[in-house]
Amino acid sequence: MKKVTIQLETLTCPSCLQKINNAVKNLEGINKDSVEVLFNASKVKLNYDESKIGVETIEDAITKLGYEVKKSVIKDR
Amino acid sequence: MQKFILKQKTRIAFISFISIILAFFNHYVIQTTLVSEVLLIFASIIGVIPIALQAYQALRVKVISIDVLVTIAVIGALIIKNYEESAIVTFLFLFGSFLEQRTLNKTRKAIKELTQMAPVSALKKVGQDYLEVEIEEVEEHDILLVKTGAKIPVDGVVIEGFGHVNEASITGESLPVKKSIGLKVFAGTIVENGTLYIEAEKVGEDTTFGKIIELVEEAQDSKSVAEKFIDRFSKYYTPLVLLLAVLVYLIWTDLELAITILVLGCPGALVIGVPVSNVAGIGNGAKNGILLKGSEVISDFSQLDVMVFDKTGTLTTGTPAVNHVKAYTKDISLTLGYLKAIEKESDHPLAKAIVDYIKDDKNYLVTQTEVVKGGGIIAQIDEKKVLIGNLKLMNQMNISIKNDVIEDIKQLESSGHSIVITAIDHDIKLLIGIKDQIRPNLKQDLQRIKKLGVKELVLLSGDNQGTVDLVALELGLTKAYGNMLPEDKQAYIKKLQSEGKRVAFVGDGVNDSPSLALANIGIAMGNGTDVAIETSNVVLMNSNFSKIPHALGLTKKIVSNMKQNIIIAVGVVLVLLASVLFSQWMNMSIGMLVHELSILVVIINGMRLLKYKLKKRRK
Repeated sequence: MKKVTIQLETLTCPSCLQKINNAVKNLEGINKDSVEVLFNASKVKLNYDESKIGVETIEDAITKLGYEVKKSVIKDR
Repeated sequence: MQKFILKQKTRIAFISFISIILAFFNHYVIQTTLVSEVLLIFASIIGVIPIALQAYQALRVKVISIDVLVTIAVIGALIIKNYEESAIVTFLFLFGSFLEQRTLNKTRKAIKELTQMAPVSALKKVGQDYLEVEIEEVEEHDILLVKTGAKIPVDGVVIEGFGHVNEASITGESLPVKKSIGLKVFAGTIVENGTLYIEAEKVGEDTTFGKIIELVEEAQDSKSVAEKFIDRFSKYYTPLVLLLAVLVYLIWTDLELAITILVLGCPGALVIGVPVSNVAGIGNGAKNGILLKGSEVISDFSQLDVMVFDKTGTLTTGTPAVNHVKAYTKDISLTLGYLKAIEKESDHPLAKAIVDYIKDDKNYLVTQTEVVKGGGIIAQIDEKKVLIGNLKLMNQMNISIKNDVIEDIKQLESSGHSIVITAIDHDIKLLIGIKDQIRPNLKQDLQRIKKLGVKELVLLSGDNQGTVDLVALELGLTKAYGNMLPEDKQAYIKKLQSEGKRVAFVGDGVNDSPSLALANIGIAMGNGTDVAIETSNVVLMNSNFSKIPHALGLTKKIVSNMKQNIIIAVGVVLVLLASVLFSQWMNMSIGMLVHELSILVVIINGMRLLKYKLKKRRK
């Protein structure tokens, strides 16, 4: 398991949270309970299984929604 | 392509605005209806493109968002050929989100400024050279160079060099601190002059500054029970509005009414109101050196019943100081000179207070010293025998003490002083009263706290009851208990809580950490140290007691601000829905306008918190 913190462009619409939340949770290899979308900090935090999914796939899912990913920081858990 | 369109939202809003103006001009002045209709259709279509894109993205991940409602409404309006409505609604929606973005950035500014103080690069030793690297590339034990004006990138220790460092970002203290070999330095502090070579001990999120940033970032997005409820509510709210609109259409086949409901039902202000108050309030705190750990803390702190204090280091500064000097000789300066020379060699807290008090140092040569445990010091200077200590030492050494000296000692002791007597060649020359100093302006601060609605102020201390009573009387506390061990304090807090009271405990982060953890709100006076940050619910950056009334007043304001925002949001939706059913004048455009305005109102209302200041008491 690894933990990633993804910094997004500034989030301004509250429904973004729900969209990003759903989009990320539907991916394979994500610990669903760990997903946190922070509105004010404009960050996504989650734990994932690195043998099943790469950070790029997670970033892609968010970018496809129309939100720019600025930076991802990965940490071992 | 999609990204490009979304990026152009502001431009699109502008184009659509121009088209609408031209259309109205054509319609009312030149009266060419066809041209004006074409312009309105154009405005509607380019306006709805970015909204529809977002709606599509939302539907793909099974979310019925506001964008979905608005897109359907606009398409509906186009179908019934109400081009005016469709154009105005799309424009207002786009323009509204532009304004939201602007104003939201303002509310988040305070916290953003804090996080942007985090160091981004470092000069790292690679081989024999120092190369500029990104902060992520710095690891523990790396050797770093920090020059004048630069930010210290890590928590570490100075291994070479000398300089003055401004540690305001950690301790709140703006006077620069001297740093030389062996001293610790902190990430985020700034070297004002000098050059330091440091070894990294902690990096990134593990540094004190990293922890502060993480704490604030988590706090601004933390959710209280009420907020979680609103979140869940709004998740079902939008689909419900859609369902309602569909039902209205199916039953009355009134497409106009159905799409009006879609627009009026948007929940914008409801979802955004509480987070906005939260981020602005926590931002105000951060700017003032107060870190509030999240919504629950804010709500608990605002409803405080009892505030419990530890004495030493909390109500007092924790460093004893000379408070009273009584001389029984004409040659005071000689006596003080001797006193300083002898006490310089001791590390007793009372000796330190005396050394700090006596400014000029005559450097008398002390030829012999003997420490009498529990009594004081016997020393030899200039062939004279000097005794420094308490009454017990004087009695032991058979010094005769006159009645007026005894009276003075009694008086000082009864007012909570520790006594240091100086005798030269069997003659008492000087009496010094030393006291742990009450923090400056403490009384006013405590009165402010009371005024803000805290019913009881209680002092719990390990000191004897006499000293404690004295402090309580001086400060006007409700209750004061002496001879308390840490576990006694805990038991007392438990008792208060079992009576249903909300309790805050203010103490140092070391001895009293169980009490800090147990209390509803723990406030550690610890100069932004690790322990203080971890154990407290409210962290005071520079142990500044006067921040406590500010924090208390602020939390009360945040809570009422959130309530106002919820009332505004719910009120607006209810009024809009009611007016569409019971009045004739309501339409989509007015609905969208009111809706966007309500969002701006809650954001601006939240912004007021950034400016909050505790009112100064009138004299």
